[in-house]
Amino acid sequence: MNLLNLIKTYRYFLLIILFDLVITIFHPDTGLTIFKYTAGNFAEMLAIIPPIFLLLGLLDVWVPRETIIRYLGEGSGLKGIVLSIVLGAAAAGPLYGAFPVAAVMAKKGTKYSNIIIFLCSWSTLKIPMFLFEMSALGVKFALTRWLVNVPGILAIAYIIDRLIGAEDKAEFYRRQTANP
Amino acid sequence: MFTIFLYLLALGGLVISFAKDPQKTRVALMKGWKAFTNILPDFAVVLALIGIMLTYLSPHTIAALVGKNSGFPGMLASSIVGSVTLIPGFVAFPLAKSLLDRGAGIMQMAVFISTLMMVGVVTAPLENRYFGKKETILRNSLSYIFSFIVAIIIGMVVGA
Repeated sequence: MNLLNLIKTYRYFLLIILFDLVITIFHPDTGLTIFKYTAGNFAEMLAIIPPIFLLLGLLDVWVPRETIIRYLGEGSGLKGIVLSIVLGAAAAGPLYGAFPVAAVMAKKGTKYSNIIIFLCSWSTLKIPMFLFEMSALGVKFALTRWLVNVPGILAIAYIIDRLIGAEDKAEFYRRQTANP
Repeated sequence: MFTIFLYLLALGGLVISFAKDPQKTRVALMKGWKAFTNILPDFAVVLALIGIMLTYLSPHTIAALVGKNSGFPGMLASSIVGSVTLIPGFVAFPLAKSLLDRGAGIMQMAVFISTLMMVGVVTAPLENRYFGKKETILRNSLSYIFSFIVAIIIGMVVGA
């Protein structure tokens, strides 16, 4: 029964692995490369994700909701916007690391538009990446991209905030709060 | 480097938290673990998808697809490749640089880099799980359109 549940929970993952196995039978080289990359992805994820979830657990327990609301919630205004950009830009690592962080921010009462700003900043404004981009593609390229991105992110967040209805937002917040 | 910093931060936080309140710390650990195992099935799917993507879209293949064409068709091709691939910046930036050196257009490279970072087709299942379908579609499609604006501006500033 327990195994059955496990299989059900991981059914999509298992389907992909099955697909990989079929490929391995017909094209061993390609299949093995897929497995090599998949294993590498898991190794990378396992390296970066544990401290993120550990920090999120601590944040959840120690930081009062009122504090987050004051800095990032409704009525946090410009301060909240700037802070959301800074938090996203200070991060590193792939975008999937931002999702659980955003979830806890939502749980603690961060304003919806600020969550989207944080998400977009994480995706494209990361400072460590910016430094690397500068050395590879030049100061002009990296700086232009960064500076154009800031208003672009604000516009994207504004549009999403407007287009997502109150009902969907409530559902989003309800889901994060329902999680442990 | 950043990972080490993250670990130091997390472990430091854990020690301080435990010294202050072991019971609360236990709750924090349980919450972190629960949040992780809750999302792991979706995570596993995305990581497996990335494994397939990396195999069929190796840097070599990407180089063949991106930057070959010029003008708008070239930008379109680069933006699609950028959207479906998920490669770290330390691979992407030198790749874009070497393509530029080999004569690829600046706008094609800019739209590739921008979509690569902002649009995530393979991570969409995970984003959907956290944010729902509407947000996932909106954020990715708006970022996709925006990437063209970024590319055009970069083309004007850098290309000039």
